[in-house]
Amino acid sequence: MTDFTPTEMMTIAAARALGNDDVCFVGIGAPSAACNVARLTHAPDITLIYESGTIGTAPDVLPLSIGDGELCETALCTVAVPEMFRYWLMGGRISIGFLGAAQLDRFGNINTTVIGDYAHPKVRLPGGGGAPEIATSCGEIFITLKQAQRSMVDKIDFFTSFGHGDGGDHRQRLGITTKGPTLLITDLAIWRPHPQTKEFTVTSLHRGVTRQMVQDNCGWPVRYADDLDETPAPTDLELGTLRDLHARTDAAHRGARHA
Amino acid sequence: MGEFLSLHDAVARNLHPGDTVAFEGFTHLIPHAAAHEAIRQGIGDLTLIRMTPDIVYDQMIGMGLARRVVFSYAGNPGVGLLRRMRDAIENAYPRSIETVEHSHSAMAQAYEAGASGLPCAIFRGYKGAELPKVNPDIKSVICPFTGEELAAIPAHRPDVTFIHAQRATQKGDVLIEGIIGVQKEAALAAKRVVVTVEEVVPSFAGLHPNLCILPHWTIDAIAVVPGGAHPSYAHGYYARDNAAYLEWDKISSDRDTFAAWMEENVLSAGPEAFATRVESLR
Repeated sequence: MTDFTPTEMMTIAAARALGNDDVCFVGIGAPSAACNVARLTHAPDITLIYESGTIGTAPDVLPLSIGDGELCETALCTVAVPEMFRYWLMGGRISIGFLGAAQLDRFGNINTTVIGDYAHPKVRLPGGGGAPEIATSCGEIFITLKQAQRSMVDKIDFFTSFGHGDGGDHRQRLGITTKGPTLLITDLAIWRPHPQTKEFTVTSLHRGVTRQMVQDNCGWPVRYADDLDETPAPTDLELGTLRDLHARTDAAHRGARHA
Repeated sequence: MGEFLSLHDAVARNLHPGDTVAFEGFTHLIPHAAAHEAIRQGIGDLTLIRMTPDIVYDQMIGMGLARRVVFSYAGNPGVGLLRRMRDAIENAYPRSIETVEHSHSAMAQAYEAGASGLPCAIFRGYKGAELPKVNPDIKSVICPFTGEELAAIPAHRPDVTFIHAQRATQKGDVLIEGIIGVQKEAALAAKRVVVTVEEVVPSFAGLHPNLCILPHWTIDAIAVVPGGAHPSYAHGYYARDNAAYLEWDKISSDRDTFAAWMEENVLSAGPEAFATRVESLR
């Protein structure tokens, strides 16, 4: 078995969560890599949608932006952005939204807007883009991020997109009918919301990861499922597919023209 | 009525200090040449509308032309942050800017409402999100039929919209292909429309009947600027200069490096420079 990095484990664990019949709204970065590894391994017919309006894309290299030409050239079709958000997202056609986060809390609420006060931020982050409506209009939400004290925090500085709010039935109380965050994949573990409280609970540790490592890189007291699993290590096929994808992508983004 | 002008004249006649302006193009077909012309002419005090401010507004903000920015994602797509825009927000450099922040869904639908002649966009959005607390333009309405509470924001009605497109006919009809983004909506929402194009062709006869076309009578001025979307791209003409987006992160990280880059590549350059920039990307 080839050795693998925590980030590779994160991406591959995320890819495994996606199925052939899923219609997935893809964010840039780790979500994009995971979705395309899924497509290139066990889920060849998965529908990947990027918010630039490209439906059913099959990029050979990972896009740098959500609007790279590669996405349009390999898509089943490309629609205007208002149509993307109205008919396809708000219309309820998308089963999974895949998001990253700058800050995440235990209930899957996400901040990508500011660190500090909104009016006088310490750091102005990019903001929500499509995320506020992706978080409430997709059937369910998968989140992926690298664990760190500063990213997994007790309280997020700004609610860019709503997860489970204060937990429990908070989504239903706001009239939101979709499931919200159902899966969190980090570089250390797989987490799922507790059925009642909706607090993210570790259900599986990646190979070689200890409870102490998970807690050291998380800003809230970590809870564990009773039947804690170990995440199966990446297979040669999964790892090879991911590394080939990254190699093709790096070459393309450094300006080398690919066929 | 789709009058062909030099880029200088197309900008000078249609963009005025204090205007509300949209330079649109969703990653694809971003009208960089037109924005550079606005920078050279020093047309300031602008309200800039754009879903993703991107490098194009990072440059305009960094040159002090913006008073207010209406946006939904202030990142360098796929790279990281917009450092000139951040410097303006965090440190009021080179001037303070007012920000009006929305989601992508809201921005796209505000253009659509503007193009439809409606006063506002209504949609299911912002549920549980904090933006409505910091943006007074985000309000809600109750559906008179179901009682559902829906988000409402004002329609975008720019004084002028700039877009870049692949082709125009000699008559001034304009064709956009590939990722069509919000350009049609942004153009039809505006009082004046300026289009830069890669090339002029005799007609669109024989093409697919469902193409995205803006008729010449919806457009005020057209300027032919090959390469005018660089470092974004023009589907069928040249690829996105991803290396330039990566480099921008370094250029924009330092005020002096930024100023020197703008002097060399914008203030001392002209629209003809764009054709050279895309040669290796064709």
